[in-house]
Amino acid sequence: MPSNVMERYAALLAEAQGAGARQEAAGGIRIQIGSATCENAAGAGEVCDEFERHIRASGRTDIQIHRTGCTGRCSCEPIVGVFMPGQMPVKYQLVDRQKAHRIFASHVLEGTPVRDLILDADAGGIHKYEFFFCGAERCGRLLKRNFGEIFRDKLARTDVDPSTIGVVFTNCFGLCSDDQVGTATHVLVRPGKIIYRVTTEADLDEIIESHIRHDRPVDRLRISDHPVNQGFFDLYGDVSFFNLQTRLALRNSGVIDPESLQEYLACKGFLALARVLDRGDRLAVIDEITRSRLRGRGGGGYPTGMKWQLGHDAPGDVKYIICNADEGDPGAFMDRSMLEGDPFSVIEGMMIGGYAIGARQGFFYVRAEYPLAVRRIENAIRLLRGAGLLGENILGSDFSFDLDIRLGAGAFVCGEETALIRSIEGKRGQPRIRPPYPTQQGLFKKPTVINNVETFANIPVILQYGASWFHQIGTPDSGGTKVFALAGKVRHTGLVEVPMGSTLREIVFDIGGGVARNRQIKAVQTGGPAGGCIPAEQLDTPVDFDTLGRLGSIMGSGGMIVMDQDDCMVDIAKYFLTFTENESCGKCTPCREGTKRMLEILERITRGQGTPEDVPRLERLAKLVKKASLCGLGRAAPNPVLSTLRYYRQEYEAHVVEKRCPALRCVALVHYEISPEKCVGCTVCARNCPVTCISGQRRQPHVIDQLRCVKCGRCFEVCRFEAVARK
Amino acid sequence: MTAIARTDNRQEVLAAARAELPVDIVAFIEDCRRQEHPESNLIAVLHRVQEHFGYLACEKLDAVAQLMNIPAAKVAGVATFYHYFRMQPRGKLMINVCMGTACYVKGAEKVVDRIREELGIDFGQTTTDGVFSLNSALCLGTCGLAPVVMINDEVHGKVTPDQVPALLEKAMLKARQSMEEA
Ligand SMILES: Cc1cc2nc3c(=O)[nH]c(=O)nc-3n(C[C@H](O)[C@H](O)[C@H](O)COP(=O)(O)O)c2cc1C
Ligand code: SF4
Ligand code: SF4
Ligand code: SF4
Ligand code: FES
Repeated sequence: MPSNVMERYAALLAEAQGAGARQEAAGGIRIQIGSATCENAAGAGEVCDEFERHIRASGRTDIQIHRTGCTGRCSCEPIVGVFMPGQMPVKYQLVDRQKAHRIFASHVLEGTPVRDLILDADAGGIHKYEFFFCGAERCGRLLKRNFGEIFRDKLARTDVDPSTIGVVFTNCFGLCSDDQVGTATHVLVRPGKIIYRVTTEADLDEIIESHIRHDRPVDRLRISDHPVNQGFFDLYGDVSFFNLQTRLALRNSGVIDPESLQEYLACKGFLALARVLDRGDRLAVIDEITRSRLRGRGGGGYPTGMKWQLGHDAPGDVKYIICNADEGDPGAFMDRSMLEGDPFSVIEGMMIGGYAIGARQGFFYVRAEYPLAVRRIENAIRLLRGAGLLGENILGSDFSFDLDIRLGAGAFVCGEETALIRSIEGKRGQPRIRPPYPTQQGLFKKPTVINNVETFANIPVILQYGASWFHQIGTPDSGGTKVFALAGKVRHTGLVEVPMGSTLREIVFDIGGGVARNRQIKAVQTGGPAGGCIPAEQLDTPVDFDTLGRLGSIMGSGGMIVMDQDDCMVDIAKYFLTFTENESCGKCTPCREGTKRMLEILERITRGQGTPEDVPRLERLAKLVKKASLCGLGRAAPNPVLSTLRYYRQEYEAHVVEKRCPALRCVALVHYEISPEKCVGCTVCARNCPVTCISGQRRQPHVIDQLRCVKCGRCFEVCRFEAVARK
Repeated sequence: MTAIARTDNRQEVLAAARAELPVDIVAFIEDCRRQEHPESNLIAVLHRVQEHFGYLACEKLDAVAQLMNIPAAKVAGVATFYHYFRMQPRGKLMINVCMGTACYVKGAEKVVDRIREELGIDFGQTTTDGVFSLNSALCLGTCGLAPVVMINDEVHGKVTPDQVPALLEKAMLKARQSMEEA
């Protein structure tokens, strides 16, 4: 049979590219605004309205608004990009109505960027050309000197105005295919998305002479590959928060319009699926995924290829594939961002998985708290059915597949696979003993493969660029990247995607910009309520499933919370136990009762009522719950306790022995004092104290009545003379 | 034969159940019942009922049980298992304080304390005048703005305890305005 799959795919692609080309040919100005939950929360909707109003008022028809997903730069949202034909894209941060007005008036209408609003303004002004040199370890590994540095030196020796050219070292674009590794460096030039492969210094000279001085790209050095990160770096490569990342799972988030199938197709969307269907070899797909060493991103880290093989081998005609989008870790939001920013990638990965194991039906299990993600998936499913990419005989092959969405209803335990299956079946989401594993007996008692959102998002990339390319990006046991939700006391919060094996220090300091307000970093919490706290001394640990496990934490789904000296480790353990105690489904005793008792002990300790025996008692209980619980929730619930006990036992002891909270966080163990030397008697504290327990004459030192003080800390916050001390 | 027919009140029960629910939900249930594994849509149905009425009243659960042909005890079991479902009516203004990790680390607890103090209610409760309900949420996905408080659909980021009274005041004014308009 002649391959009609690729022909059909080519037709779809041609149509999508045609639409894109028409848009580009129109040569208009594009204003890009994110539209994920977090951006909308930060006011993106309002900003969008403002731009629309301005466009209407200006009467221009060549200005378009392009709504994309989220880039994951939470602390600077809403981010607005302005694209003028032939000019460098400019992105603005923290845009509100007024700033939108300035941007429109100055940049869009008059062509003068508003410098003080530019995202990470200190990253340098606006250049005529920007050269992004791949700074990853593989590209150029065998070269003596980095081409980017040589380029910079050469440039300095010419008469080119250095302020017009940007030279940036970024992380891997994903171009390091086998034959070139080591001896070539790749360079992305913008505007224009041109990619050069540089192998000699003469190449650099030619680029300077031709491209920079005469605005003529050097065709000889151009390569036609479209590396996975091209679109992303072209938009965001100038920002250090972004250019040290390697975006595979998030490659399209913030780049394309998540509601447009055409845009997804135009970035090679569904190419992987088409090739898979064209080849028609299920086992080859599974083999490729196995060799990529992709491990499940939902927390467990089970090798995806192996899981698919089990699903494939399980007997039966009816099988299911499920995407786990329950994302319950109370500090993680990467799955949401992926579904809101690039739902098609996840669906494509799921379809490939469905094909590989022999499923005709897939389910999305999504948290009810993610209405926008649900709407975007619904929209994507509708468009795909319309285009013949879901339904019977997809792309003319013998593969038929459809998708359905099921909503969760706010139960963390439903992220656990057996509980999730019950929840889809419409029951109480309680886990059951495994085996039988879902691949043997899952949804409606049929063989079922469950994977995480991020796992699926990686599948199309692996099949497009090859298993060996993918596993090179990670560590020997674990290929590819991991997305982390970086938050807490870090300067730049947001989504960070880095190769497996990157160190915590790279993530927190190089990308995250270090600890906010110049405080000392104390620990990094990974893995959410199932994870642990990793002390600052271990920051150079490469992050992957096994190393974090050895440190007593877990990778988990990718929550990463940075803590500073003001965070009390006992309090953090208590926080997570409050969570797990509340979420325990109650089916098995060790978890149901154990979490409750552990929480009671922790509450006692933080209230200052703990005894020295409480610490070993807590430890014993934690070990027992870990061993005896039925499902992963109970088995991991003690981790926050055990890891803090392991590294910060002295803090527990300070609480129970000295009745002191070293971080001054536990309310019951601190008190407030006014220093008579510093107090000027301004009366502000006295007027703000809710229980009026501060007395003193105007211009005289004030005094706190410790017996009546409720330790609300208001006086500490309002005193402008630093006269109130927390002790 | 006739005696049996007379004791069978199935049709009346179903009619009564249908009368409890809006037509679109009844239609949705009927649609589900035509599919494979109809009971797997129970949670979806409960979502719709709660969205329509604001909470899941006992009569509504019974009606769902009848129409979906699932034992009422099972329906109640599911409804009470999931945190998202409410069995009590909620206030006009729903305050959701994020108690996710990022917000907690950035001092969400102090904000909650202040709200408790101002309104005199705890999580899961509604003020006696039926205006405010207080709930905790786990990560609203806007950790960059932590600590975050949501009042109905409006997200307020970087909230300090001292902003709480003004925030509540403003929400109240807005609610009153929209009520007067309506
Ligand atoms: C309590 C608990 C909660 C979980 N929550 C999630 C979740 O929110 N998302 C997820 O993908 N996996 C979650 N998992 C892991 C799943 O059980 C399952 O291992 C995973 O979805 C498999 O996908 P993967 O192989 O792609 O990682 C959770 C596990 C436990 C024990
Ligand atoms: S470990 Fe906890 S959540 Fe898991 S089955 Fe037991 S009680 Fe339920
Ligand atoms: S606010 Fe500070 S300076 Fe003023 S009275 Fe109170 S302690 Fe003294
Ligand atoms: S901590 Fe609160 S109660 Fe105590 S003195 Fe200060 S303001 Fe008053
Ligand atoms: S922890 Fe509050 S928004 Fe994420």
